[in-house]
Amino acid sequence: MKLIQQLWKDKLAALSLTVIGAIVIAGIFAPFLAPHDPEEVHMELRFAPASWEYLLGNDHLGRCILSRLIYGIRPSVLYVFAALAASVCIGALLGFAAGYFRGKTDAVVMRVCDVMLSFPGYVMSLAVIGMLGAGLENILIAFVLMKWAWFARVIRASVLQYAESDYVKFSKALGLSHIRIMAKHIVPVALPDIAVISSSSFGTMILQVSGFSFLGLGIQAPHAEWGMMLSEARAVMFSRPELMLAPGLAIVIVVSSMNFLSDALQVALDPKLKSRRVSQPGAAASAEALTR
Amino acid sequence: MGRYIVRRSLLSLPLLLVISFFAFALSHLSPLDPAEAVLQAQGVPQITAELLAATRAELGMDRPLLIRYFAWLGACLQLDFGKSYVTGKPVWSLLGPAFLHTLKLTLASMTAIIVLSIALGVICALRQGKLLDRSVRGISFFLTSVPSYGLAALLIWCFSVKLDWLPTSGMESHASYVLPVAVMTISYAGIYFRIVRSSMLSQLHEDYVLYGRACGLPERRITARMIRNSLQVAVSVFCMALPIILGSTVVVENVFAWPGLGTLTVNSILGRDFPVIQAYVLVLAAAFVLLNTASDIIQAAINPKLQKEL
Repeated sequence: MKLIQQLWKDKLAALSLTVIGAIVIAGIFAPFLAPHDPEEVHMELRFAPASWEYLLGNDHLGRCILSRLIYGIRPSVLYVFAALAASVCIGALLGFAAGYFRGKTDAVVMRVCDVMLSFPGYVMSLAVIGMLGAGLENILIAFVLMKWAWFARVIRASVLQYAESDYVKFSKALGLSHIRIMAKHIVPVALPDIAVISSSSFGTMILQVSGFSFLGLGIQAPHAEWGMMLSEARAVMFSRPELMLAPGLAIVIVVSSMNFLSDALQVALDPKLKSRRVSQPGAAASAEALTR
Repeated sequence: MGRYIVRRSLLSLPLLLVISFFAFALSHLSPLDPAEAVLQAQGVPQITAELLAATRAELGMDRPLLIRYFAWLGACLQLDFGKSYVTGKPVWSLLGPAFLHTLKLTLASMTAIIVLSIALGVICALRQGKLLDRSVRGISFFLTSVPSYGLAALLIWCFSVKLDWLPTSGMESHASYVLPVAVMTISYAGIYFRIVRSSMLSQLHEDYVLYGRACGLPERRITARMIRNSLQVAVSVFCMALPIILGSTVVVENVFAWPGLGTLTVNSILGRDFPVIQAYVLVLAAAFVLLNTASDIIQAAINPKLQKEL
C-alpha cells in the first residue's frame, strides 16, 4: 500500500497507472462498453469517417473501429498479461527454490536457465509457433516457454541476498519449516523486485506479441487485436493511412505508460535511484531489451 | 589466451548439440503428423491410410528416433536440410540466399546503430542535463514504445508514398536499404546509445580526467581519452547485439518484403513447411551460439581479467 501511495506522488506514474487501470477495466468490461459488435460487417459503411454513431469511424469491412479497439484490449493486453504472469510464476518458483536451497537445486536450475538463455528468444518463439501453428494461444505458449528462464535467474539473484540474511538464519535455527520461512521472510521482500522486472518486460512483450499478430501468426480473423488491426490497415495504407492511427496509438500509449510505470516503480522501491532517474529514464526497459 | 579460446569454444559444443536436438525434435512436438503435413502441403486432395504409410516410409519416419536424429544431423552438417514440403526444392537453395540477404541487412543496420549510438551517447554525455541531452533521451524513450512495424508503415507512407523518394519494398538497389535500416536503427539505437552515454558519464568522475585537467591538458584530448575508455564497455555490448539483431529482423523484413530469412520463415510457418522452419531454427541458433562465443573471446582479449573466469 505504501508503494502505491509513493507511486501516486509521482505525477507521471500516477497518470500511467490511471491509463493502464482504465484500459484493463475497459478490456474486462468490453461487452458493456463497446458501442457495437466488433465483428459486425456493414459493407455500406466502408471507410466511413468518424460520426456520432461510430466515434472512430469504420474499417475496410465497415466494422466499428472503437468497438474493435476495446475488444482488442483482451488479446493485446490482458492475455499477454496472463502469459507474463504464468512465466513469472514458473520463474519465481524455480528462482525461489534455487536461491533458497542453493547446492544441487541451484546448480541444476541455473544450468537449465543458461541453456535456455543462450537460445535466441525471438527465433525460438518463432520455432514453437511454427510447429504448433499460427494462433494467439500458441504465441502465448511460446512466450511462457521462452521467458521463464530470464525471470528465474533475476529472482534467484534477488532471493540470494535475503537467504543469507541473519533473520532467515535465525528462523532456521528456531526450527521453522522451509515453507514458512519462504512465505514469511523471503517472498515479501523479494516481491518488489519481481514487480519491477515483470513490469519492465510487459511493454516489450506487448510489442512482440502484437508484432507476431501483425505478421498474421497470431489471432485469426475476424477477431480484433491491435497488431492485426494495424496489419489490416496496412493493406489499404496507400489510400486510407488514417486507419493505422487508432490501433497504433493504442499500442504506443499502453507500452509507454507501462515503461513509465516500471521506471517509477523502480525509483519508488529504491529511493537511491531518484537522483539517477534524471540521468537515466528507461533504464529498466533497456535492461530487458538487451536480453531479447 | 589460446587456452581460453579453446576452452570457450569447447563449451559451446554441447550447446550446439542441444540446439540441434531441439530443432530436430520440433517436428515431433507438432500436433500434426509430418507425413500428413507433407501431403497437405503438396495439396493432395484425399489422404488415405496407404498414402500416409507410403509417405512415412519415403521420409524414413519408420526408423527409431535417435537413428533418424544422427542421420539428419550428418546431412545437416553437409548443408543438406532435406526438401521443402511445399515447393519440393532443397531447403538450402531457399535458405542460403535468404541468409545472405538477412546478413546484409543486419550488418548495414549494425553499422548504423553503432555509429549513431556512439555519436549520440558521446554528445549527450558531454552536454549532460542540457536541452539536447534531455530531448534526445525523451525521444529515444518514446521510440522504444513504438512498435517497429508501425514505425515502418509510417516511414513507407511518408517517404515512399507521399514524397516518393524511396522504394516501398524489395531489395533492388541501395536505396532499398534506407528504410529497413532506418527502422532497425531507430528501434535499437535508443537502447545502445543509453549504454554508451552512461559509460561516458561514469568516466567523467575518474581520477585521470581530474588529473588531466589539473595538468592543463586541452579538453579535446581529455575527451578523446574518455571516449576510448568508455568504448571498452560499448564493444562488449555491441558484440552481444549482433546475434540479437540477426534474430530479430523478422518483422522489418516482412513489412518491407525483404527476401531474407524472416520473410521465408513466416511464409513457411503459414504453409506448415516444417523442414524450412527446422533449418531456420538450426542455422540461426547455431549462428547465435557461435557469435556469442566469438563475442566472449573478443571481450576476454580486451579484458584479460575475464580469462581467469573460465
